Order: sequence, then structure tokens, then C-alpha cells
Amino acid sequence: MAKVDWPEASKRTLIGKRISRTDGPLKVTGAAKYSYDISRPGLLYVKLVTSPHPKAEISGIDGTAAAAVPGVKAVWKDEELQEVQYVGQIVAAVAAETEEIATDAAHQVKVEYRVREHQVRDNDPALSKDKPSNLTVGNLDEGFAKADVTMNGNYGCPVITHCCLEPHGQVTEYRDGELYIWPSTQNVSRYSDGLRNDVDLPQNKIHVDCQHMGGGFGSKFDTDKWGKIGVTLAKMTGRPVKIMLDRDTELMIAGNRPSAYAKIKVGAKRDGTITAVDAEVWGTGGGGGYSAPPIPYVFGKIPNRRLVGKGIRTNRGGQRAWRAPNHPQGCFLTMSAFADTAALLKMDELEFFQRNIQFTDRPTVYTEELNKAAELIGYKRRAHLRGDASPGPIKRGLGVSIHTWGGQGHPSECDVTIHPDGSVEAACGTQDLGVGTRTCIAMVVAETLGIPLQAVKVKIGRNEYPQSGASGGSTTIGGISVSSRQGATAALNALLEVAAKRLGIQPDLLEARDGQIREVDNGSKRISWKDACALLGPSPITKRGVNVPGESAKANLASQGVGGAQIADVSVDIETGIVTMNELVAVQDCGLIINLKLAESQVYGALIMGITSALYEEAVYDTRTGKMLNADMEFYRLAGIKDVGKLTVHMMTGKGYDDRGVIGLGEPPVISPAAAIANAVANAVGVRVPQLPLTPERVLAALAQRGGSAA
Amino acid sequence: MQDEHEHPDVLSVSRRGFLKGFGAGTAATSLLSPLSVREAEAAERGFVGPGAVPVVLTVNGRKQTIQAEPCVTLLDALRNRLDITGPKKVCDRGTCGACTVLVDDKPVYACSMLAIEAEGKHITTVEGLGTPEKLNSVQKAFVEHDAQQCGFCTSGFVTAATAFVRKHPNATIEQIRSGLGGNLCRCGTYAGMLLAVADAASGKGGRA
Repeated sequence: MAKVDWPEASKRTLIGKRISRTDGPLKVTGAAKYSYDISRPGLLYVKLVTSPHPKAEISGIDGTAAAAVPGVKAVWKDEELQEVQYVGQIVAAVAAETEEIATDAAHQVKVEYRVREHQVRDNDPALSKDKPSNLTVGNLDEGFAKADVTMNGNYGCPVITHCCLEPHGQVTEYRDGELYIWPSTQNVSRYSDGLRNDVDLPQNKIHVDCQHMGGGFGSKFDTDKWGKIGVTLAKMTGRPVKIMLDRDTELMIAGNRPSAYAKIKVGAKRDGTITAVDAEVWGTGGGGGYSAPPIPYVFGKIPNRRLVGKGIRTNRGGQRAWRAPNHPQGCFLTMSAFADTAALLKMDELEFFQRNIQFTDRPTVYTEELNKAAELIGYKRRAHLRGDASPGPIKRGLGVSIHTWGGQGHPSECDVTIHPDGSVEAACGTQDLGVGTRTCIAMVVAETLGIPLQAVKVKIGRNEYPQSGASGGSTTIGGISVSSRQGATAALNALLEVAAKRLGIQPDLLEARDGQIREVDNGSKRISWKDACALLGPSPITKRGVNVPGESAKANLASQGVGGAQIADVSVDIETGIVTMNELVAVQDCGLIINLKLAESQVYGALIMGITSALYEEAVYDTRTGKMLNADMEFYRLAGIKDVGKLTVHMMTGKGYDDRGVIGLGEPPVISPAAAIANAVANAVGVRVPQLPLTPERVLAALAQRGGSAA
Repeated sequence: MQDEHEHPDVLSVSRRGFLKGFGAGTAATSLLSPLSVREAEAAERGFVGPGAVPVVLTVNGRKQTIQAEPCVTLLDALRNRLDITGPKKVCDRGTCGACTVLVDDKPVYACSMLAIEAEGKHITTVEGLGTPEKLNSVQKAFVEHDAQQCGFCTSGFVTAATAFVRKHPNATIEQIRSGLGGNLCRCGTYAGMLLAVADAASGKGGRA
């Protein structure tokens, strides 16, 4: 009988290989239909009316003029909303025959506001009105008393947005008393939970379908207000309605990553050993609460440490999980402070990190990864102490960072069906955010059944399929690989029973390989896959695989806890302040890799997203008007293909890694880039540029403070 | 929507009429210039709009007539009137390139061109470059090098890259970086794209 555990390296036919994504041809030809692309007969277009004020009481919403515009089918008003709390907050919505009519009519909705005083600043701890959080371990005084040097630094990273290229939204349709929704979501199986107070229908009458979605990054778990408005307008009009957020609204209200500014004090001995870290951090995630990012990050076992967190409530759109919540901020703040401590000691940065590696959870892995990253970038040959002393205005430097993440697979169920004609289907209520989930399920099932990848039809993206977790926190690959492996193994074992009878041997002496059911390590008794399936008679075999995280961790099918090391190589023009990426090296572990090509893609993508946050991204708010000044894609800048330099990715695989089972990869590699790049800039120009993004103005300002000298 | 074989004169009227009717200044005029003699003639007959007017578009070799207000962009005409959804709406103001289409073989941001401006021109969207069963060389290379993740920017990139490769066979990596600078990706698929476009530019995988 086939076992559920992962095959050893020599026996793998697909797992761990570089396989092109199976839905690639659909995406490169425009044939892949995203939620934004769904069209239904009689479709109406919806435009939202949003608040122009950061804080105001609403005394009335008049939709009469809008409703009178020819082509307008319904106007929805938020009757319960008494006060808006941020610019862009949804107040009303108009459904019309065309997008243009809806836009025109939305302008004619009259909302009476009584403007109140607002607050959008986030960079002053004095603005915090909440009780500070305080996490103290050990004894700070004793820790600093043991130190030979004490480094004091201030650092900050602003609010940034998700900027998914496909905005949030959905198409909603009532048909024959049932509800059909095509949302852009990270949470297909549980999407309809958010409608429990809005719809009097059981989940089996709410049909959710998301075959392709254009990016989520943590911002698309919920049904959201626009999901509810869609249901209401579909009911009001009796027609399908499409709501997709306009770009400015998307950037203002559909999620962001909280800011984090910090004052950090690090005590260290002359040999580099850190004795104490004292950090005060503040920032905003909008109007809600604030959770301080972890400092010291990764080096969590530093004996004496304090972290004080101060949340600042602002009249801005609310935070959402942003790829590795709080880790990139904690990483940037910690690694900056540590690199500055190394500089104070006139010690090599890499050596300083290695000196303190025992304070991490996995010293051996980090040492191995740092050494590999150093080798790949030629660190020994090229590293210099802070400040590139070479002549000329272009200064070059290297910067180091390490990071961690969990990545345990989420609960997931997957039905695998073997049909009598030999065809195979796998059905799972998961979603593909662009990471290749569809492809990975096909690979696991094909590997398990010993059949070609193309022979497996994968059905995902609908809530009628077996339930699978939301795609967040790097939990999908662990969840779906185990559930599909289990489902496929159980289905195979049922087929082996049937084949064994025909071949006249025990089923546990059989295996599925190369399109055959054959005697293990022998093959003298065998039957082709097709002939074996034909023995089933008219009925297919369907078996459900279930990933229970605790159990699959015990069985080493899926586990958690990864590390990664990154080193950046930058050039900085000290006359213009422009930072240029030369290279970014990432060394990353994530247990057993299902598809090496897709895993590498994830890391390349994370590096680019990290470079973008280091050099360009910031939600700029005007304190006077409370408006986001760059709610567009010209001034909320993403890195282009010219901006990213050379990217080098090395995945840690083989013994010690593969045997840990499958672990998620979406978050970890996005954590370190900004920290490594900021350290590389400091290493190049000789001064710390304390605020992200590292814009030319900020680089020049930091240089000016140090008298413009790069050494 | 209906198939059209003739190019009715009234459509040129609407375009010129739009400009005249809304008092568009030099900027808009230069955007649409050079005005053809036919347009000048049409202008004399008054303007059409602001309501919907028939617009004839030739997309992927097929001539079709839609009803659209003169303010409708080519992108919205393709997506909302013709259900051609390969070109994506992302920034809607000429920054990100996700809506890139070929207009008479030149890459254009479809969000920044009016549908009525595109009359009489040959529009090619990503759907017209290849099919899942028969990919062009750029599409093939994008799949091979995994130059896509969520895929929302992919249509625009494939279209821009196809135009680039046709114009610059044997392009260097630096030329590719410059040539594709007009498109943006959020998932970060540039590493695969560089390899893909380099492959396609080298003539590997056939014609783009």
C-alpha cells in the first residue's frame, strides 16, 4: 500500500522539480478570467461615493438627483453611517447601465458633512493616546552595565499599501433565489461568512467562484463593505452588479501596512556580543489598535530587552495583514540598529551578526545561510567598514539581514477522484493568488498516482469544493500539499486493492509508477494505469484527504519555522542621493519544496516587493487636509524592471531541509530586503539614512547632517 | 454590438464633434492630430454626443460596432462593450501598462486613448497574439520562465514585449530593461521576464 509520507529524493518524479505553472498559457493569452473580468447578462456597473473628509459627521445623503440620471438603476445610501473617519470611506453607491453613467451619477449624490478636526500624523510618540504596551525581559540596567559601547538610534518606516493590481471587489448576482459571487479573494471557502448578517441563505446557496485573482498580499480575506453593498444592489435591481474599487479608493481604504518609528538603544561588548536592547516604537494602522513590531527581531534570546509600543490612532484607512505582518518593520528597525552598533564598534557587519547568532532560534541554519549568502555576493572580497573610502561620487556598500517566519500549513480538505476511464480529478476549496497552488496540487496528485502532470484535472476556487483555509501567513502550500497527498494516497490504495485481486498478489506489494500499477522494486506483475482503472466498473473512487496541522507536523508532512539571510549590494550617488540596486542575494529555507521553479519565483517576487518598499513606497498624507497625496500609481511608485538590479536566489534543500516536510514561503523572503538595502546604503555612504523609503532627498539630508562626507 | 463591414462617416463626425462640442483646447487637439481631411469635413456637420454614438472598432481582425459615449476609453470599450478582458484596468491613467494593446502594431495604453480615436485602426490585444493552444514566442517564453504570478500585469507585459521583440530582435538585457520600463508588476516577476524576453528576442521559439 502507498504511504502518505513524502517520497525520498531518488524516487521523486515531479516534487522538487522546476515545473512551469499549468495555468501559465491561460494567463499569457488573456484567457484567464479574473473577478474584474466577469461579465454577466444584464450586468450593472457600480461606482462608490466616498468621503472627501478625513473626519466629519454626516447629516444627510440625498440620492434623488443621482437616481434621476437616465440609466441609473439604484442608489444605495449608508443610512447607519453617522460619522466618517477617513478620506475614501464609503458613503453611498450607484448602480447604472454603464460605468460612465455610474461615475457621472455618483458625482450627483449629495452628502451633507459637518467637518470635524482630524489627525493623520503618525511620526510623533506624543500623539499616542493609548496605554503603551510593554514587554520587558531580564534586567536592562544590568545589561547596559555589561556593555562596552551603547548605540542610540532613531529609525522609521512609513505606512505602505498593498497596491494589488486587481483592486478589491466582486460581481454579485441573484439567480433563482440563490446568490452567485465572483470576488477577488484570498478566502474562497469562508468568503460567505462575512455575509451572515446580510443574507438569509445557507452557504450551499451562496456560490463563490474565484478562478484567478490579481494579487492579495494579505488584504483580501474579508467580504468587506463592498461585498455587502454588492448583495444589496443585486437584490435592489434584480440584476448582476460589478463593484471594483477605483485605484485611489483601493490605495486609501483597502488595506495598508502600519508604520513603525523607533528609538533603539543597543548595548554591546567590545567583541560584539549584545548585552541589552531597549526599544520604544510607535506608529499607526489607522483608527484601530496598534501592535508593536518585534524588536529585537530574530535575535529574540538577547537576555535583557524591553519593547514599548505606542499606537497612534489616525483618520486614515485601516491596516490589513501585509505580507509577513510586522516582520519587515521589526526586521528593518532591528537590523539597522545592529548594523549601527557594529559600525560603532568598527566591526564587520556580517561578523557582528554571526557573533550574536546564538540569540536566534536556529543558529546553525542562520550561520549556514549567512555563509552561503556571503559566498554568493563575494562578501569577503568586497566588504569594507562603514563608508566607501574610494574616490568619486559613487559609493558602494553591502548590507546584511536575517529573518524568520512560521508557515505551518492550514486546515485543508481535498477530494481526489479516480475515474474508470483513468482520468483523475482533485477538488479543493483553495485559491491561487499567483503562487501556483493549482500546479502544486496537480504535481502532488500526479506524483502520488505515478501518472503525468497533465492527466490530473485540478478544481479549485469554488466554495462548493472541500473546505480549505484562507491563503495567508504562508499556510497554503503546507495545507494543500498534505490534503492532496492524503486524498490521492487513499484513492490509490483503493485502486491497488482492486488491481491486486486481478494480479493475484497482496496490495501492499504494489506501487503506482510510470503510468502503471506494478510490483514494488520488481515490476514483473503489472497492469497499466488505464487497465487498472477500468477494473473499477462504472463507479469512480473518491477519497478525501484532510490536513490537520498538528498531526501533519508530527508526521513531518508539513512543519513550520524557516530562516533566511539576505545581502544587498548598492551604489549611492552622493551628489544626487540616488540609490541603485546592484544585487540582492537571498538564501532561504522552506522545508520540502514542491515546485522549485515556483518557489524561486516567490523569492524573486518578494525581493522586488522588498526593494520597492526600501526605495519608493510611502503613503504620503497631508496633515492639513488629511488626504493621501499619492493615491495613484505615478506617485505611489512601484519598482519597474529597470530598478531592481541583479537578483540571486538560493534555496536550501536536501538533508536537514527536505525531511522537515512542506513549509510556506510567501512571507519570509519579503522581510529582509529593506533592512539589507538600508544597511548597504549606510555601509556605502558612511551615515545612516534612518527613514524608509530611501529617497534621494533623505539620502542627501543624512549626508548633509554628517557634513556631506561619505567617509 | 454587431459586425460591420463598412466604416460609416458618422463616426468621424462624433470624434470631431466631441472635440468641438466640449471646447477641447490645443492639448486635446494635438493628442488627436493629425486630423484627416475627412475629419475636418465631418466637423462641419456638427458634433455628436455627449450621448452614446456608434463606434466601429477593428479588434484582432474583427470589425465590430459598439454604442459608446465619446468619452469612453479604448480600454473600457474593449472590456465593457466587447468583453475583451485581456487588457486590464489597473491605474487607469497611463502609468502601469496593464492595459497595453497594439494600435497599428504600436504599443499603446488603452486607458489613455479614446475608443473613437481608435476607429479605422487595427487593434491587437493579447488575445490576438496567441491562444493557450498556440502561443507566440513571447507567450511561450513567459510560461517557460514563469514570468508571471498573479498574472494581472501579464497581458500588458506580453503585449508590450511582443511589440518590443518585433522591433528589436537580438536585444540586449539593458535594451530589454529600457524597453519594458513602461509596465509595472506588483508580484515581482521581472527576473523571469528578462529571461523570457531575451529568449524571445533571440528568435528562440519562433516569431513573436
